[in-house]
Amino acid sequence: MSNAHEKVEKNVGLMIVLVLIVVSFAGLAQIVPLFWQKATTQPLKTLRTYTALELEGRDVYIREGCHVCHTQMVRPLRAETERYGPYSVAGEDVWEHPFLWGSKRTGPDLARVGGRYSDDWHRVHLRNPRDVVPESNMPGYPWLAKTPVNWKHTERKLGVFQKAFGIPYSDEQIAEQMEKVRGEWSESTEEDALVAYLQQLGHAMTGR
Amino acid sequence: MTDFWSWYIIALTVLMLVGCAGLLVWNRSISPEEASKKTTGHVFDGIEEKNTPLPRWWLGLFILTLVFAVVYLALYPGLGKYPGLLGWTQEGQWQEEVDFVHKQTQPIFEQYARVPVEELWQHQEVMEVGARLFANNCATCHGGNANGARGYPNLTDNDWLYGGEPEAIRTSLVNGRRGMMPPMIAAIGGTDEAARDMALYVQSLSRPALRDDPAKLEAIERAAPRFMVCAACHGADATGNQMLGAPNLTDDIWLYGGSLADIEEGLKKGRGGVMPAFDELLSAERIHVLTAYVYGLSQQK
Repeated sequence: MSNAHEKVEKNVGLMIVLVLIVVSFAGLAQIVPLFWQKATTQPLKTLRTYTALELEGRDVYIREGCHVCHTQMVRPLRAETERYGPYSVAGEDVWEHPFLWGSKRTGPDLARVGGRYSDDWHRVHLRNPRDVVPESNMPGYPWLAKTPVNWKHTERKLGVFQKAFGIPYSDEQIAEQMEKVRGEWSESTEEDALVAYLQQLGHAMTGR
Repeated sequence: MTDFWSWYIIALTVLMLVGCAGLLVWNRSISPEEASKKTTGHVFDGIEEKNTPLPRWWLGLFILTLVFAVVYLALYPGLGKYPGLLGWTQEGQWQEEVDFVHKQTQPIFEQYARVPVEELWQHQEVMEVGARLFANNCATCHGGNANGARGYPNLTDNDWLYGGEPEAIRTSLVNGRRGMMPPMIAAIGGTDEAARDMALYVQSLSRPALRDDPAKLEAIERAAPRFMVCAACHGADATGNQMLGAPNLTDDIWLYGGSLADIEEGLKKGRGGVMPAFDELLSAERIHVLTAYVYGLSQQK
């Protein structure tokens, strides 16, 4: 018995297998069941899909690294719900690929920012945040207002969300979105797209 | 959570704990005498690797962690659907925090709610509470000292787009406001020159001295008859209409700037201001305090 551990210590292959088993336990118990839990797999009834404009705005949000300084996750703490609104629930993020919870708040949380300010406020704020919030240290993004949205891949993106991620876009909905892309949104700038995205954040959860 | 996943988690967790305990028993079952004699058989450069038992203090810590795990799993939710003896949930803890604060602040807010706005603002304490609410909800647009910004009204100057009576302020807070001036350029002549003339005319409403310059007076006179279309909202005397949120143009207070370029821009592109509704975001009592605070800002001057 006394030298039983010798087998593990001298046999790297066995050691690797045992380590993997031990390490995988946490994931097996904490992560795997979530794939089958209603709370994490069922969208809220109030959740709606992104329009093509919002989807492109979301990609601008990712490209500009907004999620590096802004979270989209209100934690169930009174101080946070008092400031931002209802705490986030998993059902809001079921259709998020990838989710943009973030992990660092240099700026405020944005999970409930939709509708809190006017479109114009967002435009002024995105071009030069100091114009509306003098003490802000957020960089300005003035080029977004001058850059037209690149619609080249939009139809494919919608298709990927529909087919690969199983987001319930109907074919008619996608056709309708692409109609708007060629019509009313054909001249839209990246700023328009980003503002549209920001204004729908938290749409599935309203109230105090 | 279905029974299957509940038991799946319980089984894995218990197995893990038993496994840790088993590993410990397996490794500590060497008597010190036996160990001191034996080596692992590993010799390098004349140095032997001894097969020493685990230090006592370390062993004690390991056992403590196992005990901690058992106690934790008994008290808190961790084993599948088992809620734990304390019945703790993160939503429950949040609710407790909220209720705790609500119980303390609600009587105060209710007490405020019984006092009419006209009187409420005169209490220093209320203005302090109002200032906090203002900082968190209003300052992003109207500024920390409520002096406003371009497109966002100054709330301290007693000049009101929608009226400065307490009920008008409360309505603005509860329902929000949507200011809307359409592009007027076509209706006032359609040319850049017409826009420049009208901008001068609008400026002259609050700065009569402009009329002393003969060249400007000429432009102002040219634009004057066209002001008829503006009068529909701003009034024939240009003092505005609080029913529509049409600003008074005679008071030299400018929401979007008073330069010729600013006014021309407004004529050509129109203006739209949006104040969000707060009825879903703040309780009626808090809106009452904010109303008193905003009302008070103008009364103090």
